Amino acid sequence: MKLQQLSLFLENKPGVLRAPCELLAKNGIDLLTMSLADTTQFGVLRFIVADPEAARKLLTDAGMVVRMTEVVPVEVDNHPGGLARALAAIEEAGLAVEYMYDFGAASRGGKAAIVFRFEDPDAAIAALGKAGVRIYSGEELLK
Amino acid sequence: MSTWNDPPGGFHPISAPDYLPREQLQKIQLQRLQSVVGRAYDRVPLTHSRMDERGLTPASVGSLADIAKLPFTVKTDLRDTYPFGLFASPMEEIVRLHASSGTTGKPIVVAYTQADLDVWSEVMVRALVACGMHRGDVIQNAYGYGLFTGGLGAHYGGEALGATVIPISGGNTERQLMVMQDFGVTAICCTPSYFLHLLESAKETKIDFSKLRVGVFGAEPWSDSMRERIQDESGIRAHDIYGLSEIIGPGVGIECMERRGLHIFEDHFFPEIVDSETGEVLPEGAEGELVLTTLSKQAMPLIRYRTRDVTALVSEQCACGRTLRRIRRIGRRSDDMFIIRGVNVFPSQVETALLRVEGTLPHYQIILTREVGLDQMEVKVEVTPEVFSDEIRALESLQRKLEASIENILGLRVKVTLVEPRTLARSEGKAKRVTDLRSV
Repeated sequence: MKLQQLSLFLENKPGVLRAPCELLAKNGIDLLTMSLADTTQFGVLRFIVADPEAARKLLTDAGMVVRMTEVVPVEVDNHPGGLARALAAIEEAGLAVEYMYDFGAASRGGKAAIVFRFEDPDAAIAALGKAGVRIYSGEELLK
Repeated sequence: MSTWNDPPGGFHPISAPDYLPREQLQKIQLQRLQSVVGRAYDRVPLTHSRMDERGLTPASVGSLADIAKLPFTVKTDLRDTYPFGLFASPMEEIVRLHASSGTTGKPIVVAYTQADLDVWSEVMVRALVACGMHRGDVIQNAYGYGLFTGGLGAHYGGEALGATVIPISGGNTERQLMVMQDFGVTAICCTPSYFLHLLESAKETKIDFSKLRVGVFGAEPWSDSMRERIQDESGIRAHDIYGLSEIIGPGVGIECMERRGLHIFEDHFFPEIVDSETGEVLPEGAEGELVLTTLSKQAMPLIRYRTRDVTALVSEQCACGRTLRRIRRIGRRSDDMFIIRGVNVFPSQVETALLRVEGTLPHYQIILTREVGLDQMEVKVEVTPEVFSDEIRALESLQRKLEASIENILGLRVKVTLVEPRTLARSEGKAKRVTDLRSV
């Protein structure tokens, strides 16, 4: 199951993270997980919320540049070698990981949830399925 | 044997027109004006048709004041007639072409007959003499050689003066400093910002340039405080030189030893000050746009060329004895063009470059700064939803594409910074596209 991830463009200067976070907070939107990629000049905040469309509209109306991207939440064993097994399946299928980050809030029962961005998410889901790697459903994560 | 211009600032016979009584100068001006208007009317279709539209012929110019009747020539005329449309000489008589950047990426082409080159050398000699230079001076010419008129203009002027010219051109700071010290350089021609950069570098490397006496700086605006800094740090005397390719190149005007305004070589370039909005000629002393008419140009005579440079004419007699009128130093322009590292830049060129990459025009702002003496241009571009990617490498690639596109059009390396939307100032009406922080 693919998830809709939101990304925000931010300049690399103090205070830029606060505005979007406060705006989401005021509207009762919970950041389920997030990751910040940064360069010396700018950064991209990537995050997942339960209702991405509502959050997108909220941020866009506030004048921010928002992008929606499909990402794949992958279940890996939460012990040494768990992530490596999933990555091996991806590599064998000839697919590349654009980026990935941890979905800590969804990790439970000896399993860890990892959010992956692939260039071709559908091909990645198929390859991971064939290798016996489980993909989370949206309901499991967005509750 | 002692010669005419041995003592610094001494008299040089080529400078005689600098000291003509005004009436005599005006006679020469009128005679040349009538001749050049006739030449342009006969040989340049654009001038001919514009004069016809106003019911004018060369015979309409009976006095110098009649120049106000003549139509203006503007920069876009040079672009619209690209490349050779304003030439008044056949190619067989043209011995040199130069070009400068235009508004659309197409350059503006200027032409010279041998007589034009001779006039150019003459006014450059008169300019260098006014700066107190003479035979025996060793001139480091660090203006760029090539299509830009700065390099060759200063080069031939220096040689015609009888000085020793080192045609080092711009760039390669280390070599510049080595040459300055080892060749016993006494005078330098370059942009003021480049000289500041040389000074900074000289401090680090402990270069001895105690023989250096004079700097002839131009091709970009510079302030009096920058002059003070240059003079305090280097101990040289800094002169402002004025010129533009369309008219001839460097050597249209120069600061004499008094350095209270720039003398215009009025026997070759007729100055007027006009209201940049209405085009009305303004009274002597009023500030307005400088308009120049080439009085002796053959290959490309320009009648009433709108320079877009804002200044005022000073007609009081200068203490140096020259009767040539002066213009105040130029600090700003009446359009949004700016000059960086000797290159004329219009914001519209930057827009063209941004459009090519993005497909739509984002909000942007140009910021000019002077870092370690070198002019820097930064373009801040607001990220739009259309171009925003959640991948860092895609954003960095966008940045590089924008930089390459701008460099492609301007021939200048610039820094592009991506900024958040709505962070650049918007103003009512015309956006303020350029922030110039270069005052030193």
